[in-house]
Amino acid sequence: MSYTYEPYDIVVIGAGHAGCEAALASARLGLKTLVFTVSIDSIAMMPCNPNVGGSSKGHLVREVDALGGEMGKNIDKTFIQTKMLNLSKGPAVHSLRAQADKKDYSRAMRNVLENTDNLVIKQGEVSEVIVSGGKVTGIRTVSDAVYPCKAAIMCTGTYLKARCIYGDVSQNTGPNGLAAANHLTDCLIKLGIDVRRFKTGTPARVDKRTVDFSKMEEQKGDINIVPFSFTNRPKDLERSQVSCWLTYTNKETHKIIMDNIDRSPLYSGNIKGTGPRYCPSIEDKVVRFADKERHQVFIEPEGNYTNEMYIGGMSSSLPEDVQYKMYHSVPGLENATIVRNAYAIEYDCIDPIQLKATLEFKEISGFYSAGQSNGSSGYEEAAAQGIIAGINAAMKILGRSPVILDRSQAYIGVLIDDLITKGTNEPYRMMTSRAEYRLLLRQDNADLRLTKIGYDIGLIDNERYNKLLEKEKLIEEEKKRIENLNIGVKEDIQKILEENGSTLLQSGATMAELVKRPELSYDKLLPADKDRPELPADVREQVNIAIKYEGYIERQLRQVEQFKKLENKKIPEDINYDEVYSLRIEALQKLKKFKPASVGQASRISGVSPADISVLLVYLEKN
Amino acid sequence: MGICMQDNTIAGIASGMGGGIGIIRISGNNALKAAGKIFRTKSFVDEKLGKIKKDIKWDFNYFYNKETHTISYGFITDGTGIIDEVIVLLMKSPHSYTKEDVVEIDAHGGPFVVKRILELLLENGVKLAEPGEFTKRAFLNGRIDLSQAEAVMKIISSKSSFALNSAVKQLEGSISGYIGEIRNEILNNLGQIEAALDDPEHYDLDIYRDKILKEMEEEVSKLKSLLLHFNDGRMKSEGINTVIAGKPNAGKSSLMNLLLDEERAIVTNVAGTTRDIIEETVYLDNIVLNIADTAGIHETDDVVENIGVDKAVSYLENADFVIYVVDSSVPLDNDDMQIIELLKGKTGVVLMNKSDLEARLTEEEVKSRLGWTCIGFSNETKLGLKELSEYIKNSFLHGDITFNDQVYLTNLRHKEAVEDALSSLIQAVDTMKSGLPEDFIAIDMMDAYKKLGLINGETASEDLVNKIFKDFCMGK
Repeated sequence: MSYTYEPYDIVVIGAGHAGCEAALASARLGLKTLVFTVSIDSIAMMPCNPNVGGSSKGHLVREVDALGGEMGKNIDKTFIQTKMLNLSKGPAVHSLRAQADKKDYSRAMRNVLENTDNLVIKQGEVSEVIVSGGKVTGIRTVSDAVYPCKAAIMCTGTYLKARCIYGDVSQNTGPNGLAAANHLTDCLIKLGIDVRRFKTGTPARVDKRTVDFSKMEEQKGDINIVPFSFTNRPKDLERSQVSCWLTYTNKETHKIIMDNIDRSPLYSGNIKGTGPRYCPSIEDKVVRFADKERHQVFIEPEGNYTNEMYIGGMSSSLPEDVQYKMYHSVPGLENATIVRNAYAIEYDCIDPIQLKATLEFKEISGFYSAGQSNGSSGYEEAAAQGIIAGINAAMKILGRSPVILDRSQAYIGVLIDDLITKGTNEPYRMMTSRAEYRLLLRQDNADLRLTKIGYDIGLIDNERYNKLLEKEKLIEEEKKRIENLNIGVKEDIQKILEENGSTLLQSGATMAELVKRPELSYDKLLPADKDRPELPADVREQVNIAIKYEGYIERQLRQVEQFKKLENKKIPEDINYDEVYSLRIEALQKLKKFKPASVGQASRISGVSPADISVLLVYLEKN
Repeated sequence: MGICMQDNTIAGIASGMGGGIGIIRISGNNALKAAGKIFRTKSFVDEKLGKIKKDIKWDFNYFYNKETHTISYGFITDGTGIIDEVIVLLMKSPHSYTKEDVVEIDAHGGPFVVKRILELLLENGVKLAEPGEFTKRAFLNGRIDLSQAEAVMKIISSKSSFALNSAVKQLEGSISGYIGEIRNEILNNLGQIEAALDDPEHYDLDIYRDKILKEMEEEVSKLKSLLLHFNDGRMKSEGINTVIAGKPNAGKSSLMNLLLDEERAIVTNVAGTTRDIIEETVYLDNIVLNIADTAGIHETDDVVENIGVDKAVSYLENADFVIYVVDSSVPLDNDDMQIIELLKGKTGVVLMNKSDLEARLTEEEVKSRLGWTCIGFSNETKLGLKELSEYIKNSFLHGDITFNDQVYLTNLRHKEAVEDALSSLIQAVDTMKSGLPEDFIAIDMMDAYKKLGLINGETASEDLVNKIFKDFCMGK
């Protein structure tokens, strides 16, 4: 029997990394928010790798933080190791990564949710999104309870009709043996939504006491801690860090895999979902890169209060007995006790091209979708979509303008634009090479790019906003100062130049000109700059980057200008593509299907050629 | 969407000027009306008198009442007399090449008559079509896409069979293939860089820096040579800008006339060009020469003044090739010396004119001053004319050994794309040399990759990501 309960503004389905950010954004914007989870104990659970961040994913976390999201703060609270990757490369690809204490991470996030006003958590499974007249009016649970709402955000991760597989074993459960959500898919199909099946996987976990670390290379964390959240100071985050360990597969491992490849469900056809190229299973790696003699294996702790360790690089769906042999062939793991088997997981997700840039379904007003259910992979990608969906659902109810970040503003913009414009045939992972303006979209300047937007939305308070304005002011003033600061040919400067292997000055130069030299930096030139004001490290970093890479940054800014031109050419929603003469058939079909919002977006749809864009421009010009 | 009828109706000669039939094409919303004004069917003319019948009233709206895609037989008239016997094809909007109303008049009477018909149309308010304007309208009305339009334009603007071949070859993708190879090289290296940036714990770049540098320098030189060949391509497609230099009475004008005489049937005035730059177009064995009309320069008795005028100097500056005519029956004088000064460093040939007269000047004497090949010549006997054309042909065609296989850039848009790509790659190489990290190098490599993609009409969007996944074992 159906019961109608109290109404909410927004219902969030799922409390993983997308659901948490969506629910928090919505509640913090003053909307009455209800979040459903199949298990309250699994809020913000990390069912796979025990870390947050990494190349380009670290960027996403900082962007979420700059907008007023929670992921950065939460990992700062709970990391057990932190590391800045790619420090020898340029600032655009520096990437922060932290090992998390998984249980702590989950507990800390749950604590935040539980103590946020306007936010209610409920354990239960949603079976239906109720749509009337093309609009969401409520949701229904498996217990037939109806909660009226103005918007629903689907953050179902890998739970929809989830099935976990290794060898011949197949269980209809979500990750970690949690209950799957078996009802919502049918509702989606009834609503006319395209549903597809993806696959991903996770490696085994081993007991720390049975690992021989003497055969592995130790990977320590950084001494200098860089917080994920712009609100945290490094010294407040100091703590003792744990190590990760590096070992390798070998010919023996590969032989075991090849000898048993016919028993892999991936190859036997038992798994039909599409897996990610980015994190292939070890059997995939061995088959596809047969010439590689070894693959890296990272042994990572799952937390401070457990002996479980994650075997990074060796996810698998091979049968249990093969897994045992395979893991035991790796140096250091010969006698390892396997605590949890590796498995592959199949799940339903939607084709994201059905979404607008706000993550609302084009055809269903008030229905949003974020995270792995959109075909992405990764905690960070999920969180990034979650906050955008939460913000936009709230904006819509509040009657305010939608918040859309474009490809020149944020990795979040690249992520969402890629998903909704190009679609994806595998779980989509963020990569720095996907961001064409990455020199502008650095992890170090996410606050300068996005915190004002977060303030306008209402997720950033006055104090944080004013701090940002102060930081901007300091950066500008210092840039100006060193651009006008002439350095004569003096002993102190020549000494610095000599020490750094830099050409000595023949005549004067400005401080800014010297900062530009590859072998020098703003900080290195301090001794020759007597009047330099004392500035915080983040300000010094921005001054250094802005001056040092000025030419490259300017070129990217010009590229962005070009990009914006097409991006600003909006395509009316009621355009009739049949009237646009001489579009090629493929382009016509794609444009009808994708309904791009701008000519810029149209130009990124595969199958739409530059010539089609010209035709479209001519058409728009004439009408 | 309605058809974008241009306000003005245009007409142009759609056929070559050489053949027996000349086709005049009219396009625009007044095409039917204009054609109706100058056309009469058989029963409205008196063929014996060669005049139109004045006693019966012709319906100027004749073509409006005809079905589309029908053929009318009749005569073109200037309002009194008959100009030519013609067939008229009717293609009503939107069922035509331009999607506008189009009328095509097939005339039989040769170049003069074709020109006269065109003039009649112009008298009736039709505008002369710019080169390629029909295609432009076809594109604007959505009849053809941009790449087709460009290829058609190229064929239209081709002035020689070589250019036509080049345009056709371009359609077939010889440039695409060559550019594609360069793009692949760039992508391979980009993949290497990006894999390392994305997965620093798996892939190390240090050992590849030198290799990447070396390969990018190779691509730079490939693009440079492609641009060099662009100039070749331009010369063959649009004509070799040729200047005939020499002091008065050396025989410049006679040479000009001789060349024109030789090729009388296919000499045309090039429309839309200023008289200052290109004047007459002459074919020599499939090579087009745009010969500066020296008569256009005011000649005075003062050679220095003559040569020294800005026009002449700029002619020479823009010249791809110079034919220097000397009078071999008199010794070199001061005027010749001044001309030789101007010609130094240019490409050209010396015609030792009046070689039928007693020689007062030796080839060696001229050669020692200018270094050019000298050809004995006589305007009177046409001696040396064949040698001249052979020489020109050799310097532009046979000297280029890979002539048939070489990729030629003949499109300005392509040239710009290559130039942009080249400057990006040079920037990438400079960045590499200055020791900046790989992500800076990648910016300009990606830029070059995208620019080259414009030539093939390809976008870069997923290439790199696919490349990384294909070649590198990534991830957890």
